[in-house]
Amino acid sequence: MTTALLTDLTIFVLSLWVGFEVISKVPATLHTPLMSAANSIHGIVLVGAMLIAATTNSWVGYLIAFVAAVFASANVVGGYVVTGRMLKMFRRRPTAPAVPAPAQDGQASSAARSGSTS
Amino acid sequence: MSGFSFATQLIYVLAASCFVLGLHLMNNPATARRGNQFSTAGMAIAVATTLALIAHAGLISATGWIVMLVGALIGGGIGLYSARTVQMTAMPQLVSMFNAVGGGAAALVAVHDYIHLAGAVHGVGEATTVTTLLDVIIGSVTFSGSIIAAGKLQGVITSAPVTFPGARLVNLLLAAAGLGAAGYVISTPGLPALWIVIVASLAFGISMVMPIGGADMPVVISLLNAFTGTAVAMAGFVIGNWALIIAGALVGASGGILTKLMADAMNRSIGNIIVGGFGTGDAAVAAVTAGGAGVQAIAADDAAIQLAYASKVIIVPGYGLAAAQAQHEVAELADLLESRGVDVSYAIHPVAGRMPGHMNVLLAEANVPYPQLKEMDEINPEFARTDVALVIGANDVTNPAARRPGTAISGMPILDVDQAKSIIVIKRSMGHGYAGIDNELYTNPKTSMYFADAKTALAGLTSAVKTLVG
Repeated sequence: MTTALLTDLTIFVLSLWVGFEVISKVPATLHTPLMSAANSIHGIVLVGAMLIAATTNSWVGYLIAFVAAVFASANVVGGYVVTGRMLKMFRRRPTAPAVPAPAQDGQASSAARSGSTS
Repeated sequence: MSGFSFATQLIYVLAASCFVLGLHLMNNPATARRGNQFSTAGMAIAVATTLALIAHAGLISATGWIVMLVGALIGGGIGLYSARTVQMTAMPQLVSMFNAVGGGAAALVAVHDYIHLAGAVHGVGEATTVTTLLDVIIGSVTFSGSIIAAGKLQGVITSAPVTFPGARLVNLLLAAAGLGAAGYVISTPGLPALWIVIVASLAFGISMVMPIGGADMPVVISLLNAFTGTAVAMAGFVIGNWALIIAGALVGASGGILTKLMADAMNRSIGNIIVGGFGTGDAAVAAVTAGGAGVQAIAADDAAIQLAYASKVIIVPGYGLAAAQAQHEVAELADLLESRGVDVSYAIHPVAGRMPGHMNVLLAEANVPYPQLKEMDEINPEFARTDVALVIGANDVTNPAARRPGTAISGMPILDVDQAKSIIVIKRSMGHGYAGIDNELYTNPKTSMYFADAKTALAGLTSAVKTLVG
């Protein structure tokens, strides 16, 4: 076993523990955005795809690099955008003026809602 | 190690730190957006560093640049389009597709590395071969398995478990073929055996997910997410890149935790779910006629009056709500009740929806403030003080039969809906949930059944409340 492999393994195992520790504190409310955020993070494989393109010199290599680049960049861009889109929806209070008072207010805020989401 | 590559490795560690920090900030909805920004910054740093590394090495050909940039543009475009247009109800499919492409890309990194090294003078080292094979196997299983999972969620492939006599034998044979070929690659390096590993792994991914029912999808997606992370970490071993190892391990840990939480919430072991053939999910609308023995039906007006004059209402949304896309209607009703001074909160079971936390996102999309969304352990003690529990399209997770031994769902954690003073259930029919057993809540004397599609029913309730008491 080489030193490099040992170092890599150490980093891997310690990162797993950091991951367990950090993620077990995420509330259930945020589990979907969490999974989506984890999704974007594994898009780091894009770095691997880029390095293939940089080192290869055969058409098979270019083909693999191309497919890997498409996959990984869809993963990165899509993952971050959709996570951001979801997190924007989590609000402490609705943005529409919905002060709990007279009955018409409920109608006003729901009208604003259907306008903003449909 | 030259000064330049030393610096790049340090920057990769910085990027990885951004990922950890980003995930850490996800522990609170108030800071989660900042977390996502940290994580995005980490990714930008990692990609920019790699570009600098490639340019500095100067080995890349013009074709290499074109392949990389065109691929990134196309992939980025696809990702951007799908992320912008996806419906929140379709999030599980999208996440599953991202798992597929992530796992696929990780497998491709290993395959390329192997082909590259096999053509080199030194050949392939044994340690490299093992991590390469792990990457190829896990990545390929994730790729095909996630596509099948997405197909089931989208309804392109039947969400019912697909099994046939000897299915398990096929699974075993595929696993044996894949592992056997992998062993051969280690002892006698060569490409043909690697192709067998790939094909067997892809086939195994398909045969692993096909027999799993729609209702078990939260577990399957989480598990495939963990697989993707592991595959990416293995790709990091293969190309000797710490950023990939750390990021992959974080995702692996995240997927692992969610898998465990989801399996616990259904009181089933992960192995039991993978073996499959239990849940049929969406097929739950069995042809049982409404109004069977001991069931009382209720009309919109009566239900509306109960809700309007309650002081505390808990809404229990289930998959039926998501399937009917009725999240906006439920939020409208809740707003109306709140404006009358009713205390409204939502009880969210961990497996409500089709992926972990799915129901929360759907309700957040309908502008429900997140402090109203209560987790099971938090809300259960409150049912006893609740005037009306409004159950919308949730079934097994409310069945008191789970509390005694000897039923299909015994031991499954449930929402204590039956403790409420009265219960209104909105449901299309008396059909069974995916566990396929009668729900004792429906025959409880305190329960009234409102037989209708969730969207229609909620709109009806809202207008009834407005006309009767508004």
